[in-house]
Amino acid sequence: MDRGTVITLAYLLASVLFILGIKGLTHPRTAVRGNLLGALGMLIAIVATLIHWSIIEYHWIILGLVVGAVIGAVLALKVKMTAMPQMVALLNGFGGGASVLVAGAELTRTPPAPYSDALIATYASAVIGAVTFWGSLLAFAKLEEYRAFRQPIRYPLLQPINAVLGLLALALCVIGIGQPQYIGLYWGVVAIASVLGLTLVNPIGGADMPVVIALLNSYSGLAAAATGFVLGNAVLIISGSSVGASGIILTNIMCKAMNRSMTNVLFGVLQADEGAAKQDDVYRNVKGAAAEEIAMLFDTARRVVIVPGYGMAVAQAQHAVRDLYQLLESRGIEVLFGIHPVAGRMPGHMNVLLAEAEIPYDKLKELDEINSILSETDVAIVLGANDVVNPLAKTDPKSPIAGMPIIEVDKAKTVVVIKRSLSPGFANIPNPLFAADNTLMFFADGKRAVLDLIAAIKES
Amino acid sequence: MLNNCFLLAEQINEVAEVTQGSQLPLALALTIFVLAIFVGFEIITKVPPTLHTPLMSGSNAISGITIVGAIIAAGAGHSGLATLLGTIAVVLATINVVGGFLVTNRMLHMFKRKS
Repeated sequence: MDRGTVITLAYLLASVLFILGIKGLTHPRTAVRGNLLGALGMLIAIVATLIHWSIIEYHWIILGLVVGAVIGAVLALKVKMTAMPQMVALLNGFGGGASVLVAGAELTRTPPAPYSDALIATYASAVIGAVTFWGSLLAFAKLEEYRAFRQPIRYPLLQPINAVLGLLALALCVIGIGQPQYIGLYWGVVAIASVLGLTLVNPIGGADMPVVIALLNSYSGLAAAATGFVLGNAVLIISGSSVGASGIILTNIMCKAMNRSMTNVLFGVLQADEGAAKQDDVYRNVKGAAAEEIAMLFDTARRVVIVPGYGMAVAQAQHAVRDLYQLLESRGIEVLFGIHPVAGRMPGHMNVLLAEAEIPYDKLKELDEINSILSETDVAIVLGANDVVNPLAKTDPKSPIAGMPIIEVDKAKTVVVIKRSLSPGFANIPNPLFAADNTLMFFADGKRAVLDLIAAIKES
Repeated sequence: MLNNCFLLAEQINEVAEVTQGSQLPLALALTIFVLAIFVGFEIITKVPPTLHTPLMSGSNAISGITIVGAIIAAGAGHSGLATLLGTIAVVLATINVVGGFLVTNRMLHMFKRKS
C-alpha cells in the first residue's frame, strides 16, 4: 500500500469513529465511550496527517500542537461548571477561526482556478468561519457578563444593516471567486463576515442564549465541512456535516421549548405587550416569608419539587441545594428536580450543575414528567427561575412568552420562590405566580437562602 | 436506513481513495456531504437533556477536525504567510480538540459518579 492509501484509510477509520462517537454521546450509557471513540478518531486523523507527503517541516506543527494542547487542557481542567456555557462558546469559536485560517493559507499556497468549487468553498469557509468565530467570542463575553456586554449595543436599522453586510460579503465573494489571485478580497470577506458575526449575536441575550450556543455549535461543524470542500478531504466533510446536523437538532429542541421559531429568536425582539398588566397591579398581593416560616412547611411535606434556573448558577448554589436535598431526603421527604429545557444559558446547563453537586441523575425530571407530578406536590421551590414558571404563558395569548411550555409549579400546594427581588426575567414581563395565593416569596441570594433554609429546618 | 447511509458513506470514502485524498471531485464531495448530514440526523434521535451539554462539547471537539488542514498548511513550507496562518490554525484547532474532549470527559464522569 502506498502512503496515500494508508492516509485515506486512516481518514475513513476516523470518520467511522466520529460517527460512532456522536451516536454514543446521545445515550447515557454509551456517552463516555462515545467521547473516547471521537478522541481516538481524532488521534488517528492527526497521526495520518503527520505522515502526509506535502509536509516538509515539523517544528511549526509541533509548536502549534503543544501550545494548543496546553491551553486546551488547562481550560478544560480548570473551568468551573457554572462557566460551562462560556467554555462551549469559546471552543465553538476556535473551530470556526481555524477554518478561516486554513482556507486562507490554502488560498495563499495553492490558489485554485477561477470559479472552481474549491474556490467557492474557500469563500464559504471565510464567511461561516468568521461569523462563527466572532459570534462565539461575543457570546462568550456576554456569558462572562463583562460590563460592556451586559446589554446589547443599541443602534437603529439593525436588520437592514445586517442585510447590507450580508450582501456586501456576498458581492465580494462573487468577485473573489472570479479572481483567485487577489487574496486581499478573501480577507475583505473575512472582515465583513466578522462584523456580521458581531451584529448578528449582539441583540440576542439572556434566555435566548441556549439557542445561540446550539446554533454556533452547528456553524462550527459547517465551517469544518466547508474547509473539507476546500481541501477535497472527505473526513472533514463527514465529521463537519454530522456535527452541523447535531447542532441543528439541539437548536430545534431549544426553540420548541420556548415555542418560538428560530427566525424569531435570531431576528425578533421580545417586547412586552402595551396592554399587559402593570407590574404594580400584579404584585399587589405578594407575600414575603422568612426562612423559619418556610421551614415549617417541611414538617408535613411528603414531596418537594425544586425548579432551578439561571439564578442558581449565578449564586453558585448547587452545592447548597444538594445539602438541602440530602437533609429533606433524610427526613423521608421525596425530593425531585424539575428541569426546563431552556433553564440556564445553554442546553443542559442545569443538569451539568446538579451533576457536579452529585445529585442523582434519576431525580432530575423533564418538563412533562414533572408537570404530571406537581399537583401531588406539597412544596415547590423555585430557585432563580422566572419566565419558565410564568403562568402567563398559558393564560395570556398576547404575552411574549405565550404558548411556551412552562413548569406548572402553581399546581403545587405551596410554592416558595427564592429570588433577590421582584425584577422581571429575560422576557421583561411581570410574573403573576409571585402574587398567587399559594406562593411565598423568599427574598435573598439563592445560596444564602438555601443555607438559611437548611439551618431553619435543622432547628425546628 | 441508518445502516444504508453508513454503508454508502463508507463506499464513497473508498472511492475517494482512488483520488489519493487530495482533490475530491465536486459531485463526490457533495454526495458525501449530503449523506453525512443524513447520517447525523439519523443517529441523533432523542437526546436526553442531561446529555445536551456533553453532546455539544463532544461534537464540537470533533468539528476541530480542521486540524488536519491546519497541520498541512503549517508544515508544507510554502511561504511565511501560509506557515503563520497554518500555525495559528493548529493552535486554535488543538485547543478546540483537546479542550473539547477533555471537558466532555470531565462532565460525563460527574454524571456517572452516582447513577
